[in-house]
Amino acid sequence: MNLLKISGSPHVHSDESTKKIMWRVNLALVPMLLTGIAYFGLNALLISIVSVACCCLFQWLIEKFILKVPSTVCDGSAIVTGLLLAFNVPATADMIWLVAIGALVAIGVGKMSFGGLGKNPFNPALVGRVFMLISFPVQMTTWPTVGKWFPMGFDTVSGATPLGLIKEGVKGGQSISEVLASPDMPSLCDIFLGHMGGSLGEVSAIAILIGAIYLLCRKVITWHIPVAFIGSAFILSGILWLADPTQFIDPVTTILTGGIMLGACFMATDMVTSPMAKSGQLIFGVGCGLLTIIIRNWGAYPEGVSFAILLMNSVTPLINRWCKPARFAC
Amino acid sequence: MGGVHPEENKISTNAVIEQMPLPKQVAVLMNQHLGAPATPIVAKGDKVKVGQLIAEAQAFMCANIHSPVSGTVNKIDTCKDMVGLPKTAIYIDVEGDEWMESIDRTPDIKRECTLEPKEIVAKLKEMGIVGLGGATFPAHIKYSVPEGKKAEYLIINAAECEPYLTSDHRVMMEHAEEICIGVSILRKALGVPNAYIGIESNKPEPIRVMTEMARTFEGIIVEPLVVKYPQGAEKQLINSITGRKVPSGKLPIDVGCVVSNIGTTFAVYEAVQKNKPLIENILTVTGKKLPSQHNYQCRIGITYNDIIKHALGQLPETTGKVISGGTMMGKAISNLDAPTTKGASSVLVMDENEARRRPESNCIRCGKCINACPMGLEPYLFSALVKNDRIEEAQAHNILDCIECGCCFFSCPANKPLTDEIRLGKNKVRAMMAAKK
Amino acid sequence: MILTAVLVLGLIGIFFAIVLYFVAQKFKVLEDPLIDEIAEVLPGANCGGCGKAGCRAMAEAFVKQGNMDGLKCPAGGEEVARKVAELLGCTPEISDPMVAVVRCNGSCGNATAKNNYDGLADCAFANSVYVGESGCAFGCLGLGNCAKACQFGALSMDPETGLPVVDEEKCTACGACVKACPRGIIELRKKGVKNRRVYVACRNKEKGAVARKWCTAACIGCGKCEKTCPFGAIKVENNLAYIDFNLCRLCRKCVAECPTGAIHAVNFPPLPPKKEAPAADAAPAKEKVEAAAPAPEPEKAPVQNNPTY
Repeated sequence: MNLLKISGSPHVHSDESTKKIMWRVNLALVPMLLTGIAYFGLNALLISIVSVACCCLFQWLIEKFILKVPSTVCDGSAIVTGLLLAFNVPATADMIWLVAIGALVAIGVGKMSFGGLGKNPFNPALVGRVFMLISFPVQMTTWPTVGKWFPMGFDTVSGATPLGLIKEGVKGGQSISEVLASPDMPSLCDIFLGHMGGSLGEVSAIAILIGAIYLLCRKVITWHIPVAFIGSAFILSGILWLADPTQFIDPVTTILTGGIMLGACFMATDMVTSPMAKSGQLIFGVGCGLLTIIIRNWGAYPEGVSFAILLMNSVTPLINRWCKPARFAC
Repeated sequence: MGGVHPEENKISTNAVIEQMPLPKQVAVLMNQHLGAPATPIVAKGDKVKVGQLIAEAQAFMCANIHSPVSGTVNKIDTCKDMVGLPKTAIYIDVEGDEWMESIDRTPDIKRECTLEPKEIVAKLKEMGIVGLGGATFPAHIKYSVPEGKKAEYLIINAAECEPYLTSDHRVMMEHAEEICIGVSILRKALGVPNAYIGIESNKPEPIRVMTEMARTFEGIIVEPLVVKYPQGAEKQLINSITGRKVPSGKLPIDVGCVVSNIGTTFAVYEAVQKNKPLIENILTVTGKKLPSQHNYQCRIGITYNDIIKHALGQLPETTGKVISGGTMMGKAISNLDAPTTKGASSVLVMDENEARRRPESNCIRCGKCINACPMGLEPYLFSALVKNDRIEEAQAHNILDCIECGCCFFSCPANKPLTDEIRLGKNKVRAMMAAKK
Repeated sequence: MILTAVLVLGLIGIFFAIVLYFVAQKFKVLEDPLIDEIAEVLPGANCGGCGKAGCRAMAEAFVKQGNMDGLKCPAGGEEVARKVAELLGCTPEISDPMVAVVRCNGSCGNATAKNNYDGLADCAFANSVYVGESGCAFGCLGLGNCAKACQFGALSMDPETGLPVVDEEKCTACGACVKACPRGIIELRKKGVKNRRVYVACRNKEKGAVARKWCTAACIGCGKCEKTCPFGAIKVENNLAYIDFNLCRLCRKCVAECPTGAIHAVNFPPLPPKKEAPAADAAPAKEKVEAAAPAPEPEKAPVQNNPTY
């Protein structure tokens, strides 16, 4: 007979584990990968594979040779980072090798330098993405055109994102309605389906919603951050649009274009870098939404989701400090 | 707010309460209750009868202890309790089964109670009744409402939200009338208009039986509760039934509530109506991999090994852990030769695989512990603070509010032993407060 | 253009420099420079062995008091005490050097595991949950709170015995491990002549038979050592022998007498294989004591030679 085990209570554990959570997120990201491949062809697939492989490889190397700890590649968090990084770059042929550099920064600087999963203050995928955006501005803003479904070639004919078009147009003295009426601008239906220029995984709102609903059902994320993020972006852009429809785009287009949907559902909800209490999550989401709209309209970049989330990541410890769960016994 | 849903595993629900045969020897521990140990009043070689007073409560927070068997006192010596710590015990060699004449052993049920509230409380004290919900709080202290406070609600805890345990379920099924009489007695002792029996709604049978029985009594209301662990925790139960919240560091009586376990009410009935002291309790013997499931009525002082021997012959080869109490708050037993005490409620045998704790990994700040905590605390924070010995901060974040229900560890995907860390932190905070005084 | 920029920045710089100067003057804290000097001399480990919040707090206490009465830096020992005394201009308070001693020999072999602890790796927590893997309610829990508490790296857990090992050279007798141990197993004892010490490596207060049930190396309180000791240094109370290190003359008679090997003698040369045991000799000279030490069964005598010596 074995020796009896002794421990403090409780003696049972739910079957929840970090690994399960990460693999659920990976599963939720699959619809976006599929739509990415559908719109951008083989490039999208290759970028995703390179990104995921590099993230896993770098994590393994760092854990094995620098930190000298048992490998945690199997927990799937490196794959989440890899996929999210791939989803945040344009699906051009250049990116197939550039994304490897992004993966090194994401894993090496964004995650492992702080001690690995759970200790990083910033979302590693966004750290990688922002690094690439600053280091390779041309490649990171060269968008492949989307004309046909399932393009099989490696063409890098540059198109533009709807937000880029608007930013250029407004800078050039056009009014919003003129830009929206131009033939380059996709229709609202296309925007919803994701048939437009943009990063690999962020284009299709419907794919993102499918993934997000799955995560909500499996209780990996709660509604607080996505709703607060998208809601505040919608409201602020709505106010601006009502104030001056010639200078600001309408709220529906705002939340469907660019990275708001992907950011709100998958990047801002990253457990490690978002607040823990519900009230804190609402504040975090609202902050992300407002910052995004501010950066989009008054910043140098046409897109602001990455910066907004990273900025809010940096105040997460403060939010955690002030937003406490309601005590049962006061 | 908070709470988790562990697997219920109430597999011994249908096992009728059996009588456990008398062992050859019993060891009656002197501290079976919260507070100071009782003082033995018998000596080696004395003959005792079942129900005879063998140890007296001399301190305020203490309870009388009666002999659970008849026979000869073998020795008064140290005895290792179930976690292996040495305690004082009276060892009695069992000879026959001769009961005190004052105890009414007839099967008749006596409904009428003519005693005055003060006399009831005195009776509880005399018969050594303690709370059987786990804390083993002496009942006579609980039912003596202090000056300036008023009891408005009597709440009977029959939630039995712990996985595996079925002793309360069986008692309700088999002794509904006695329980209701016990509740009426307690209601009279407190002078409250209504008593509420809270039962989790995953137990439809006991709810039906108790509701039917309660109709024949005055002022007993059966209240089905939402199924959620820890529904049976005192503060949560009070909140579910009355909507009141017990403030931090206060007792239920401060919000006009008195909470008793359902098992206690049965003991109260026997003590007041039948003159029978607390010498028996009802134990569930259960486990997923066991060949049979049982509920036993055992004499206090029988060893866990005796119970296992009678119920199972021997422990299965693959046993990983034996627990007294439920899986969420029970204690792992390290010494099976230890005697049972008044507060014991089960012998739960867990398989190796079921008992194994998975390796701990980094906290991913998912916040599941916060969502699970029924007290609205931040377990992840305590873990970090306690690890770094930041005890004052832990106190400032109300670590002492923790009821140690185990929800945080249960829900943690990184398998961090949060409940262990918090318990350690609470001990350190208490030590710090004591040092400051 | 460049000139303007240089001028503007230069002016701003000068402005802030002036502001900073006045602020620094206003908020200047006058502090005795002696505090810094003493803090410099102290070990700087902030171990808390003195009872103050850290080395600097201790230095402040020294300066405030002006002498060393009642203030002692256990980690610094004699050398630091002399230096501090020199700075303060008082006589140093020198006490015998001490060392941490582990009073439990419930190794994996002597006190086999009767159960398998699977909880938080913290002695204080395990102590609050149950009795410990060996079943001895007084023995070492082996989870290493003492080693974690040691700021000097002088304590480590031996994976083979499951017991802490004190590195005598590194141990400063600050007492952090004594406070960390929930079972009071570690004691500060006099270092002794040539680092030689005799002590009872057991804390079990239970009756002999019960104690032996859990650990073969337990003190069973038989009292043989008490009777043997020529100096009256050993007292048996509550079934447990204790050797008073102020009275012990390191004769090692008790070591040979102990039936369970609970009395340890460290840093002694191996006992000479002499059969004859002369009468008790109270001579303080250690050569004589050694020569007089009886050794009926030298191979059984549990002399534990510290490998660092």
